[in-house]
Amino acid sequence: MTLTVPGSKQVQHFVLKGDLVVVQDVREALMQGRNSDGKMVRRPLSPHLQVYRPQISSALSIFHRFTGIALSAGALLLALWLGAAATSPGAFSLAQALLDSILGKLVLFGFTLALFYHFCNGIRHLLWDAGYGFELPVMHRSGYAVLVATVGLTVLFWGIFLVIG
Amino acid sequence: MTDKTTLRPEIMRSALGRARGYGSAKSGLHHWWAQRLTALALLPLSLYFVASVLLLAGANQAAMIAYMHQPWNAVLFIALILALFYHLQLGLQVVIEDYIHAEGRRIALLLAIRAITVLFGLLAIVSVLKLAL
Repeated sequence: MTLTVPGSKQVQHFVLKGDLVVVQDVREALMQGRNSDGKMVRRPLSPHLQVYRPQISSALSIFHRFTGIALSAGALLLALWLGAAATSPGAFSLAQALLDSILGKLVLFGFTLALFYHFCNGIRHLLWDAGYGFELPVMHRSGYAVLVATVGLTVLFWGIFLVIG
Repeated sequence: MTDKTTLRPEIMRSALGRARGYGSAKSGLHHWWAQRLTALALLPLSLYFVASVLLLAGANQAAMIAYMHQPWNAVLFIALILALFYHLQLGLQVVIEDYIHAEGRRIALLLAIRAITVLFGLLAIVSVLKLAL
């Protein structure tokens, strides 16, 4: 028997043979249950994001991941930029021209925003690791401080950039 | 201390842990610690990098060579590249392990991330050395 998980494709996580449940994968042993109608279902994984009210704590947490993934792409760009500089003057001036275009500037703006966010929220994470700032009001305040600092540092960076350039 | 429960290691394990019976891989702490150490190193290094980007805004290749000819700039850039690529490999590994449940795809992605990190990290380091030397 194939069981259906609401909102997803059909999955064959366990098989019913009479009253016996045959589990295909030992990890599924903890995932089987019955709904209020007594029908066998695969239990949803916690946290149930679809019914959670968005909160600053969870939003900033997932931002940290998003910006981390974006900055990984930024690191590849950094390697290509250095590679162009090491290749030839022409290759580097092409790279600089691409970065100086409107699309290039937009991408760089996104990277500065992501970098300063990941930097500030990273300090917050390191302080948690050291055992500080776990109280809920402190955690919310530090979260808003991260947002303010991110915008402040990004504005400062592009302000200096415009003055120099 | 002679309490029986303290002598039974399986009491500390989840039902799933007992069912799988793998035990600890004895490498959990290393990943966590390396991620924090590289994060700590990246705090000053990323500020240095941001300052360098501002100094090198609109630079041509000759300016890049002049900048990397300063030994400390080359050293700090290589330190940045090592910490950055190590840190991002550790971070992406956690993201993949959290969201990709199919074992084959997960292992393939983890290996691909490692390969890309090593290759682009080496490209960045070799480029800095070429500009510096």
